[in-house]
Amino acid sequence: MRRRALLLAALPLPALAAAPSAARLKAGVFEPAQPAPEIALKGSDGSELKLARFKGKFVLLVFGFTNCPEVCPTTLATLTQARKELGADASDVQVVFLTVDPERDDLARLRTYLAAFDSSFVGGTDTPERLAAVQKRYGVVATKVPMPGGGYAVNHTSSVYLIDRAGRLRAMMPYGHEAKDFVHDLKLLLAAK
Amino acid sequence: MPVAAVAAGVAWAGFCPIELATRDELFEIPPGTYARRMAGDKVEILPDRIDLTLALNDVLLLRNRDEVPQQFGPVVIMPGQSFRLPFEVASTYSFACSAHASGQFAVVVAPTPEPGWQRMRWRWKQWSKRSIDRKATS
Repeated sequence: MRRRALLLAALPLPALAAAPSAARLKAGVFEPAQPAPEIALKGSDGSELKLARFKGKFVLLVFGFTNCPEVCPTTLATLTQARKELGADASDVQVVFLTVDPERDDLARLRTYLAAFDSSFVGGTDTPERLAAVQKRYGVVATKVPMPGGGYAVNHTSSVYLIDRAGRLRAMMPYGHEAKDFVHDLKLLLAAK
Repeated sequence: MPVAAVAAGVAWAGFCPIELATRDELFEIPPGTYARRMAGDKVEILPDRIDLTLALNDVLLLRNRDEVPQQFGPVVIMPGQSFRLPFEVASTYSFACSAHASGQFAVVVAPTPEPGWQRMRWRWKQWSKRSIDRKATS
């Protein structure tokens, strides 16, 4: 009887421990967290790009394109800065950048572009159909917009998706947050294990 | 006497601190929404603009009580799942959103109303909104 009472008393503890940290995040939080939609694309590092590859790490998933004039460079620079500020914990954080512009973003271009920010960043591309399927699962919007001088840009979702060590989609950080906000959330989430 | 009562009301509206039971502004997809859409009903749950106020109702809470995943604003929310998005800076936040015909969804976060005219106007807007909501549901 006493043992059962102890077990019952112990059960809510993990939930209580997790709830305050989730509530304090700067990012938008999914409750309860559920498995992030899997991806299976071509990776800029030469390997197949799957979330399962990064199990044990925290994944920051970004959708963008290398010709993006402002949003993508800002986001990637912010994440580069956040990784620097994380210090030793940075090795537990993997940035994954999925193109919304497969016509122009081949693997070599993604590799060169991402290396200009951080050599650990991994890019992903594939056929438009496969990329569109991934975008749909994450609720990502990507629309081609013709430019007045010719060519095109892509209007796209600019949020960053935070996927935990167990592969669960935990949060979404809207565009515009500074590196310190990512550091704040990642420290809380990494500490939660 | 009536003048004193009006003055007291105005003073209360303008200077009494605003306290809300929760900072969550909740939007919920009720059960059966997908089935209703499939049957041809036009179901609009999330407006294409939401107004929030810093330090008052500054957390957007989206909840999916339907049986299927739903694109809700900028995110896909699984059945039984919620998405809680806090705001800490007064600004206009735009999100690409395929659930709206415009392709956009905006959250406008206004600064905390200062004592005086701003606070009075905030209370008036809340009161008007509640009146409209009550009429819509009755």
